[in-house]
Amino acid sequence: MATLTVNRAALGGFSFENCKRNALLEGEANKVGCSLPSARKTGTTICGVVFKDGVILGADTRATEGMVVADKNCSKIHYISPNIYCCGAGTAADTEMTTQIISSNLELHSLSTGRLPRVATANRMLKQMLFRYQGYIGAALVLGGVDCNGPHLYSIYPHGSTDKLPYVTMGSGSLAAMAVFEDRYKPDMEEEAAKQLVRDAIAAGIFNDLGSGSNIDLCVITKGKVDYLRPHDEANKKGVRVNEAEALKLTGDYKYKRGTTGYSLLITHRRHDVFISSMEMMSEVTCVL
Amino acid sequence: MLLNLLDTRGLRSQLKDSVPVAGLCPHGAYGVQDSLRSGFSSVKNELLPSHSLELSEKNFQLNKDKMNFSTLRNIQGLHAPLKLQMEYRAARQIQRLPFLQSSNLALDTLRGSDEAIGFDDILNDPAQSEMMGEPHMMVEYKLGML
Repeated sequence: MATLTVNRAALGGFSFENCKRNALLEGEANKVGCSLPSARKTGTTICGVVFKDGVILGADTRATEGMVVADKNCSKIHYISPNIYCCGAGTAADTEMTTQIISSNLELHSLSTGRLPRVATANRMLKQMLFRYQGYIGAALVLGGVDCNGPHLYSIYPHGSTDKLPYVTMGSGSLAAMAVFEDRYKPDMEEEAAKQLVRDAIAAGIFNDLGSGSNIDLCVITKGKVDYLRPHDEANKKGVRVNEAEALKLTGDYKYKRGTTGYSLLITHRRHDVFISSMEMMSEVTCVL
Repeated sequence: MLLNLLDTRGLRSQLKDSVPVAGLCPHGAYGVQDSLRSGFSSVKNELLPSHSLELSEKNFQLNKDKMNFSTLRNIQGLHAPLKLQMEYRAARQIQRLPFLQSSNLALDTLRGSDEAIGFDDILNDPAQSEMMGEPHMMVEYKLGML
């Protein structure tokens, strides 16, 4: 075996040694009828919106593994730098590692330049890395932050394309969240209105998409301040069945309160005749039931 | 040798455009399959890359350097890539013995990779590799005696 390593250059990074073996195993498994374990995805709703003073990022907290919920309360809003945060959808490990690597790179970069990092830098680093791996790293990200040029919001797709927009959604629940945004987004909103909008968009994703669920996390980034609200809203409490319109408790409680007296009700009908009491023009009819 | 340095086309000859193929042009002397050095072979294993990213990852550093040098040549003239490649050559020669892991500090500083972290620093760190080259063979190979 030692002779084999004489020629091989020592390189770090991804090793493709097992790819052929894996392909073979998958073929064998499919022949028998079972399937190989799949990677844990986040099957998510994530979104972001630019408001008057900054950026608000929102995410749900469910991680799925095939048809099973793997994590009921996972954190999808990742730290990149003190003024930049990133939500991640797609394969959970990929988003986690990618955001950590970019966070380290940005830290080194900002130590080298001596300035607060810019959102465009993080965006450029992410898109170059994702394009290098041609989409095999399944990370769809919503990147937002406030730097010296103001608030910025980017959406980054697994193959490396990016969009710079005032409101973005990603993940399996993105259509539901985008519907809410398209209806109610206005430029230059106040913070409370923007928080309510993001909360409603994520709630739309949670209630209409199987891959999203549990709580709603928010991250409000303004110049000099970051509010990481986890959880901001527990839309799905375990063991409580409440409808979305909180005023109506439609799914009732079938348990009676303690101390209720039980009784049974008997209804009897008695028929009485009808009498005409007077023969005058104005006749009264009395009836007794 | 200087002519080799300034020719950015020279980088192209180092590109690996395939994984090593066993049957055609084997590595060993006299054109015979060299089981001792390259191990057992199978045409199926080595004809195609096992993953679409395998080739592009193998050549990534080289391609990046090629692109950077040709851009530099277009912007600043011939002297710029020439000087840089000379420095790269010098830095690449600062190594420990062949079977030991060298830090490549000078090379990293020149490349700017001392301020960046990527998957090649986290995954499959060569310093943590379980296999080590046999010292005598590695040195003999380096000296061309093997």
